[in-house]
Amino acid sequence: MTKEIRCTIDGQTIAVPEGTTILEAARRLGREIPTLCHHEALTASGQCRICSVEVEGARTLVPACATTVRQNTVIHTRSERVDRSRKVILEMLASAADVSEAPDILAYAETYHADLARFAEGEKRTYSIIDDNPFYIRDYNKCILCGRCVQACGTDMQFTFALTTAGRGFHSRITTFFDEPLPESTCVFCGNCVGVCPTNALQPKQAWLLEQGADWAEIRAQTKRPRRKK
Amino acid sequence: MAQQTSVLSKRVGKIDPDSLTAYVDSGGFLALRKALTLDPDEIIHEISTAHLIGRGGAAFPAGFKWAAVRRETTSPKYVVCNADESEPGTFKDRYLMEGDPFHIVEALAIAAYAVGANCGFIYVRGEYPLAYQRLAHAVAESRRAGYLGLNLWNTAFCFDIQIYRGAGAYVCGEETALFESIEGRRGQPRLKPPFPTTNGLFGKPTLINNVETLANVPDIVLNGGQWYRTLGPSHNPGPKLYAVSGHVRRPGVYEATMDLTLRELIYDLAGGIPGGRTLQAVLVGGAAGAFLRPDQLDVALGFDTLRDVGTSLGSGAVMVLDDSVDLWKVLRRLTRFFQHESCGKCFPCQLGTQRQAEIVSRMAAGDIRPDDEETLADIGLTMRDASLCGLGQTASSALLSALTQFPLLQQGGGR
Repeated sequence: MTKEIRCTIDGQTIAVPEGTTILEAARRLGREIPTLCHHEALTASGQCRICSVEVEGARTLVPACATTVRQNTVIHTRSERVDRSRKVILEMLASAADVSEAPDILAYAETYHADLARFAEGEKRTYSIIDDNPFYIRDYNKCILCGRCVQACGTDMQFTFALTTAGRGFHSRITTFFDEPLPESTCVFCGNCVGVCPTNALQPKQAWLLEQGADWAEIRAQTKRPRRKK
Repeated sequence: MAQQTSVLSKRVGKIDPDSLTAYVDSGGFLALRKALTLDPDEIIHEISTAHLIGRGGAAFPAGFKWAAVRRETTSPKYVVCNADESEPGTFKDRYLMEGDPFHIVEALAIAAYAVGANCGFIYVRGEYPLAYQRLAHAVAESRRAGYLGLNLWNTAFCFDIQIYRGAGAYVCGEETALFESIEGRRGQPRLKPPFPTTNGLFGKPTLINNVETLANVPDIVLNGGQWYRTLGPSHNPGPKLYAVSGHVRRPGVYEATMDLTLRELIYDLAGGIPGGRTLQAVLVGGAAGAFLRPDQLDVALGFDTLRDVGTSLGSGAVMVLDDSVDLWKVLRRLTRFFQHESCGKCFPCQLGTQRQAEIVSRMAAGDIRPDDEETLADIGLTMRDASLCGLGQTASSALLSALTQFPLLQQGGGR
């Protein structure tokens, strides 16, 4: 039998099975915690830290998506430290990447009164759009480095390992091995990376071309799958 | 005046570091030999009694780690010596590795015996070629002479060591990033928990200690934990290596007990400030540490005493800056360091170190704006509270301490 863990979240006490994350426990109580890198189908990586919450007695904040509830802990999903962290992370994100097509980020910005232009003077990560295959385009100007695509491409879904992270720090970027064009990588065009991308950095090519104003004949010509020769 | 000790550094500079004979003749491997006659729990008891505190920077009690790994029943277990000494201003592990490499080998073997591991790793900073050579030689010599290998002294204990070299990333000194690096992946920290004591190298229970922490072990085994407690203040016992750099007459590594004050270290041991200059600031704990003012020199250089004045002993780095130094340039250098070394995994550090460095560069150039203080505090506290590992959590510490300790915001620059 699974052990029951009792904890207090924002003043409400709840008992959950051992192994439940703070995020899940809070949701059971109807307390919404914002998430960006978290995805139901992927391993929690705790990278974006937007879900950080305050656990009494802990030195730092902890990521709710990746931290399991411990016995008799007292958790605050909103506090001065929590709100400041969420606000500043959102503000810094908006200065580094184009978040205009990331609805979650825009909604959280309102909740946490984030001034998305606060760090507008800072360096923005800029790239040219990569259009190297008939299926999807990669617009890394919109990439927030949540890492979901790499996880989906790797051991969380497809085991293809076409996508990886290169570079370091602020200049980290998602790419293929040796920056090869996708058709020359191990990519099988399963589309899982596109499905988990939260910011539209990865977009189906047909949709992208439609937005560019392309007509049907052109879209068809550009997105036709290369047929194997008989 | 505090006692200068010669426990950790007793052989450094006195014997040939490449000679196994010289090491054995000066009492080497006696502690390992004694350890193998003891029950592992007795050794861990002595380490706990000694109240040995980790010397790598995080100040975690070594006894807890040892006991936790000992308790694990999963096999294999690993012991790792963290020799990726990369904290700016820190060179005390290098001093030990270059001066007394066999001592590290012996200490790691004792640790392995105590926790039940047969395989050890030493992860040496890539920019330490001599330390690597000396350690590699010491491991090979020890193996050749039967101090490493199968059934040491005809006991059931088997142990060997592999040496890994880092490739230049500061973050790989973070224990879980170090594991990733050894395993052949990107050097990025893992989420904790789980901790290395249960899921460490290759996912197995792992004891990871800093070089200097391990260097304390043979003497504790030989003389007992109680003896160790008599060295220096009882709550911060044992010898500590201080790496002094900057504007002092005799920069270098000094070993003393932790009742040594900053004043004694700078003026008595390191010879004071040269060239008729006066002291402006001291950066204690490296880039991840904090600044102290000249009127704070009477603080003892212990873990708790420094915590009380808002800094940390960290790795024991003490950088002395005289009045010729432009602190804005120092801050620009420090923030660029973190910008360069952030691994990019978690957002607060990846973005915060970048924005912090940009803003400080502008301020150092003389463009200081009214909202800068609040902005830097927001970035700094977000990194401190929400970053995944110690790198981001301390990346603003020196900067924020400088802004509160010195009237920097009032002095524009144009430097």
